[in-house]
Amino acid sequence: MNWKHVKTVARTDLRQLAQAKDFWVPMSILGAIFFVVVPTILLLALTSLGDVEAISKVADAVEVLPQQAQEQIQGDTDAGRASYALAVFLFAPVAIVVPLTISTAVGAATIVGERERGTGEFLAHSPAGTREIYMGKLIASLIPGYATTIVGFGIYSIIVNVIVGPEVGGWFFPTKQWWILMLWVVPPFLAITLSVVLRLSARVKSTAAAQQASGLVTLPLIGIAYSQSTGALFGADRTSALIGGIAWGVAAIGLYKGMKSVSRGRLLGVADEM
Amino acid sequence: MVTNEAAQTGLTVAVRDVSRRFGDVQALRDLTLEVPTGKITVLLGPNGAGKTTAIRVITGALAPDEGTVSVFGLNPLVDGEEVRRRCGVVSAKPSLYDRLSGWDNLDYAAALYGVDQNRRATIGEAAERFGIEHALDQQVGGYSTGMKTRLALARSVLHRPELLLFDEPTSGLDPESSAAVLALIREMTAEGSTVVMCTHHLVEAEGLSDRVIILDTGTDLVSGDPDDLVRRYWPTPTVHIDAEDRSGLAAIGDLDGVLRVEPGATRTTVSVDSIDRVPDLIAALTAQGVRLTRVEPYEPSLEDLYFAVRREHRDELSTDDLATDAGTGGLAPRPDPDAIDQSAVTTERTTHRGVSL
Repeated sequence: MNWKHVKTVARTDLRQLAQAKDFWVPMSILGAIFFVVVPTILLLALTSLGDVEAISKVADAVEVLPQQAQEQIQGDTDAGRASYALAVFLFAPVAIVVPLTISTAVGAATIVGERERGTGEFLAHSPAGTREIYMGKLIASLIPGYATTIVGFGIYSIIVNVIVGPEVGGWFFPTKQWWILMLWVVPPFLAITLSVVLRLSARVKSTAAAQQASGLVTLPLIGIAYSQSTGALFGADRTSALIGGIAWGVAAIGLYKGMKSVSRGRLLGVADEM
Repeated sequence: MVTNEAAQTGLTVAVRDVSRRFGDVQALRDLTLEVPTGKITVLLGPNGAGKTTAIRVITGALAPDEGTVSVFGLNPLVDGEEVRRRCGVVSAKPSLYDRLSGWDNLDYAAALYGVDQNRRATIGEAAERFGIEHALDQQVGGYSTGMKTRLALARSVLHRPELLLFDEPTSGLDPESSAAVLALIREMTAEGSTVVMCTHHLVEAEGLSDRVIILDTGTDLVSGDPDDLVRRYWPTPTVHIDAEDRSGLAAIGDLDGVLRVEPGATRTTVSVDSIDRVPDLIAALTAQGVRLTRVEPYEPSLEDLYFAVRREHRDELSTDDLATDAGTGGLAPRPDPDAIDQSAVTTERTTHRGVSL
């Protein structure tokens, strides 16, 4: 594997994405809604406005959390405990939905897009190996989603600490489980999803078809990732490590198999390789 | 690195009996072609003749179903990276990234092809050479067709390839831009590169090609030096003659050196054993009182050759079909009334695949 080629393909794809305002503006808005707007409104409703009904509902929800999770909840008041639970335990899907949605949108178009634009011909005649092209495109699809998540996560951390911090005695976020989630659990789920999406992108005939198919395939994956990431937050450290470990194993298999999906014939769009 | 095999044969590309099928479509059928080092080889053929597939097979972008391909003495399917690094390709569509600037497109290719030293200077030089340096900062999506072709050409030579493969490089260009592109191609061979150019524009191939290979339905029909091929198809000099009173030309067949006379509606075509006979012919006719209005030595062009070869190929195919039909009660073959006399050629050619000179 020539990593220079991988880096070149990834860098060029990212450069093109940076030029595509019609793509990254909506995706940034999506990230902002999940990481900024929704948490801010909900947490402010609980802490500043003292919405009794909302506090009572969240408190009921907290009751059903595993004992281990309930023991971690900090705060002296109901509002504080409810907002802590909300911030730490109930926003896990945010960390999964945003990167998976963005990376799926990028990945779905990445190989079929080369074919549609005719640039697949250039890549097919280039010295870059098909595995290098695949890896480059995988990285270029992974980075936007993961980068948005990391940035969003940073902003989310600040929002949570500013709004909920005073209720629970100071800045507390990210918790250990969130660090594990972000650095150990989310990346392999992203890789698993992209290994499937890139395979689809290599096989379908148009970007529209790739996006349709990717949507269908990634929905269950998002569901699995959501449940597992929630489990990682609720469970002990060992549970998170185990979930992440299994996900990394599945991701490795998926990526290895996915590498074979890119062929020069598919980049060229020749009929018998589709 | 040129391998011993490539150095010994003097061939940069040797394709032997290659077949490639796409589903039900037979794109290449026993294709054999040779590309001599340092020459311009033109693949001539109609749309669907297999020119683009041939290029793809040469770089190893597509694997043949049957047959062998050798480029620089290497097998592109085994040493693909090495082969492709030494090739520069311009495809029929420029294959550029519209969202990127011209500079970024060139930079991408430079990085993939391993142009690491003086990359900025190399990109600048290539762009300047093809007259595109002023537009490098612009997004390629805003380029005209001519600018895109120039950028694609600049991209193909960034890494100083030994073999350049141009697939319809003047497609969509105005005549002026086409001429400029062809001049640049000529310039590149003068610098020692080997060029393979696909085209269906006969005028482009004329005068540019050192070697021409005529393809049809995925098969090479003939290949060789264009002048040699013309001589092979038209072995004797031909002159078009006309006179005020055409009856005066009736006895022309009796003159010395005249091999064949074909009276036509607007002229009489005369084949002679040597072009030196023409002045004697004129003198003899004039002496007989014939007032000549036209004496025009006929020099067959590549276009004539192309159509003659294709016509012959079609005739052979239809003859084969009819021969097959005859065995089952079909009609006997009919000669094509438009076909030119190619007896000298057809007697020398033994198979439908044609002769390599």
